[in-house]
Amino acid sequence: MAHARIRLFTPAEIVGFIILAVIVFAVLPLVMDSFRLNLFGKYLTYGFVAIGLVLCWGAGGILSLGQGVFFGLGGYCMAMFLKLEASTPEATSIQTTPGIPDFMDWNQVTALPWWWEPFNNFAFTLFAILAVPMAFAFIIGFAMFTRRVGGVYFAIITQAIAAILTILIIGQQGYTGGVNGITDLRTLLGWDIRPDEAKTTLYFINGVLLFGCLLIAHLIRRSKLGRLLIAIRDQEDRVRFSGYDVANFKIFVFCVGAGMAAVGGAMFTLQVGFMSPTLIGIVPSIEMVIFCAVGGRLSILGAVYGAVLVNWAKTAFSETFPELWLFAMGALFIGVVLAFPYGLAGLYDDHVKPRLLWLAQLWPRRRGSPDTNALAGPTEQVGGGYALASKGGSRDAST
Amino acid sequence: MFDGFTMGELGAIFAMQGFAGLILFSVFVLMALGLAIIFGQMGVINMAHGEFLILGAYVTYLCAQFFEAFLPNLYGIYFFVAMALAFCVAGAFGMLVEWGLIRHLYRRPLDTLLATWGLSLILQQTYRSVFGAREVGVTIPEWMLGSLQLTDLIEVPINGIFVMTLTTVIAGLVAFMMFRSGWGRRVRAVVQDRTMAGAVGINTEMTDRMTFGIGCGIAGVAGSAFTMIGSTGPTAGQLYIVDTFLVVVFGGAGSLFGTIASAFTISQAQSVLEFFLSGSMAKVLTLLTVVGILMLRPQGLFTLKIRK
Amino acid sequence: MTPPLKTPHHRTNFLLAVEGLTVSFDGFRAVDDLSFYVDKDEIRVIIGPNGAGKTTVLDLICGRTKATGGSVRFKDRELLSMREDQIVHLGVGRKFQNPSIYEDLSVFENLELSYPTGYTVFGALAFKRSSEVVARIEDVAETIFLKDLLSTRAAALSHGQKQWLEIGMLLIQDPELLMLDEPVAGMSVAERKQTAELLHRIIENRSVIVIEHDMNFVEDIAHKVTVLHQGKVLSEGSMATVQSDPRVVEVYLGH
Repeated sequence: MAHARIRLFTPAEIVGFIILAVIVFAVLPLVMDSFRLNLFGKYLTYGFVAIGLVLCWGAGGILSLGQGVFFGLGGYCMAMFLKLEASTPEATSIQTTPGIPDFMDWNQVTALPWWWEPFNNFAFTLFAILAVPMAFAFIIGFAMFTRRVGGVYFAIITQAIAAILTILIIGQQGYTGGVNGITDLRTLLGWDIRPDEAKTTLYFINGVLLFGCLLIAHLIRRSKLGRLLIAIRDQEDRVRFSGYDVANFKIFVFCVGAGMAAVGGAMFTLQVGFMSPTLIGIVPSIEMVIFCAVGGRLSILGAVYGAVLVNWAKTAFSETFPELWLFAMGALFIGVVLAFPYGLAGLYDDHVKPRLLWLAQLWPRRRGSPDTNALAGPTEQVGGGYALASKGGSRDAST
Repeated sequence: MFDGFTMGELGAIFAMQGFAGLILFSVFVLMALGLAIIFGQMGVINMAHGEFLILGAYVTYLCAQFFEAFLPNLYGIYFFVAMALAFCVAGAFGMLVEWGLIRHLYRRPLDTLLATWGLSLILQQTYRSVFGAREVGVTIPEWMLGSLQLTDLIEVPINGIFVMTLTTVIAGLVAFMMFRSGWGRRVRAVVQDRTMAGAVGINTEMTDRMTFGIGCGIAGVAGSAFTMIGSTGPTAGQLYIVDTFLVVVFGGAGSLFGTIASAFTISQAQSVLEFFLSGSMAKVLTLLTVVGILMLRPQGLFTLKIRK
Repeated sequence: MTPPLKTPHHRTNFLLAVEGLTVSFDGFRAVDDLSFYVDKDEIRVIIGPNGAGKTTVLDLICGRTKATGGSVRFKDRELLSMREDQIVHLGVGRKFQNPSIYEDLSVFENLELSYPTGYTVFGALAFKRSSEVVARIEDVAETIFLKDLLSTRAAALSHGQKQWLEIGMLLIQDPELLMLDEPVAGMSVAERKQTAELLHRIIENRSVIVIEHDMNFVEDIAHKVTVLHQGKVLSEGSMATVQSDPRVVEVYLGH
């Protein structure tokens, strides 16, 4: 029977992955100049966050308004390493205390704080980029989920945490670079990250990591854990009374989301060359949710498109009509919730896919059937006519 | 850290710092009262609440301009007119928002949160386009200027006292409406059992709209009061929204008394800490403590134990 | 070691022993010093007027509501201090009054999530849909009359079918104690008959606590009936004993 097999990828999903891969690795590098490509690389770093949000929010029903925290922690870990590498005693010889980052010197800090020391080591830094945000997410998740705090309370608390971290970073400028953040980053293990060629290389590394995250997210959703998340979103009590400790699953997916956001943050630092508190506070954190919502809260591929499109629109608007941007952003928040709760992926499912299926049926029989299957994906038996359920989505999109 | 202060001076510092905390407390209470009604009673997260406050502030500003230009003799009482007007304008706009946006999202609280955030962005930009990006202030009526000399060392500004009095009166009115009026009974009935309330003839839709409207109206009045102690800018509302939500959650959603008690605790802690630490560290420490306590006691300080 | 339970029958080998169970909500005692005992393989029906605390008793046993006092011992293990999932692992299954199933998943997936392996995070990640799992699911689906609907989305099922699905989700875990809250409420006559037949089949070789209003149904299956009133046991015994108890008649027929 059809349900007896779990296919890791349906043909439609393979096509979806390939199309995105072609866009990221071929189309964009070919049509963009190096400046624009770097810009798109920056947009793609938000795709990491959005994928994590699809897992937490779309699948699990956990809305975090503090993903910027994890993006920022990952980014800061990377920035601290790069800053230390750029602050050699020779390069900083004009400072009162040579060999420490310039902003410390400006703030009368005379020795490197102990918690900066380990970031001299690249291996430790790589470890910290994942471990620090995930450990932080674990603490938050453990405290909240084992006490069954969820929904809007969780959203508000995570937002407060984003606010606290921002104020803390800005307030402690001697140790963190303050509101300007950590700037003037130059080399990674001696390799200059500023020239165009380096940025292009980083763009491709970023793309590979993004696909790694997409793959992990896809496998999680395809496993029993993925179905459990949907079950928890819809009927948390039933899951509990089927013998599962629900909190563990929520903690896990929240940590995975945090880890992905952190990788995005680290790649942001590398590609853009700085990290600052303005990228991680309340406003950027809630914008990250809208990237995910625009792409489709149930679709990991959609989330990447959403992140890129919204950021691209933001840049385009800010260049031409800066005063219109907030209107557009506001309208996007309202529109995506009221009119298109499943975002771009939902629009594709509702309007594009039926037409493709119709086209496929017109095709002669000898080629017809596999294509039909390919486009219909795994939810074909489920049928249409879905309304919004009380706790979020009532459908489980394929990719 | 106490070096160089006499006991008398220290006492005065604490008293004055405490008074500064009381003004912050007033702002928190005024903002949180409306939120406590909307969030506590309806379960709706209104991220645009700060913008309703600012709407009230701009109404007050326009009113002040009008009195200055046309009725300078009556300038002493403009504030009371402005306050009533702010309540009506913010309340009416609130009802419009409920009708156009909120009522479609009652069963999707997280989506309400995102949609009202969108609304707040649009309102901020509207204010910026209409009133400009710069902060505006009103001329405070003469009788509100100056300060009261309590002892040699302690003096308190009159506008602060006025705002605090106003807060007390508004809080009293809200409590009265909630627990003594027909509207309050209906709201509480709808909160407890929407279907049943509908079955006994309560118009639940209208009750929701009124509740949201009144919550927003109170925010408008809060905005009016706000002009007495600070200037008004397009994004001023957003500065307080996170703190206010924490105040409401910390107090225990649904408990009016809890909201006021938590506003008092948080504002006092913050302003007393501000004297010893930098402003930002005081805020970090206060918020961190609140979040920490909420993690241990998620239901907030004051809640009723109810059956699921 | 806890001292042996003192019971009216001086026995300690009951499957479930509820003693002095109390819960109060804001001063109101919904369940008040309640004691009853369920034997292995016994079918116990709990009846009582609305608000008697029937559902609350089930909530307390399965850990959904925290008790104020008393004890609930299952296979000589205290349940009151356990988490819901731990109680499930001991062998207590609970069906809710309103069908509680995962509407966005297919019937097959609903049953699969209840299959008793892969309870941990990594167990769930590594879970394989083996032929053994599939066979068991198909077997249960046949019992609950849903074999042909395995790939249907659960939201598309009728009310009665949703009830059956939830029963199936319990069945696949093979609990020693099954607690059913009004399993035939809201069903059509035909569905009701089919459900009675289904329940007859699944209550073999396990203990069952059922809350039910349908007296024909109760008479049909009950070994013993417990009548609750205002959170207390009003009467207990065979259907005939209970029906002839004047206090029960008083409560049901009013004053």
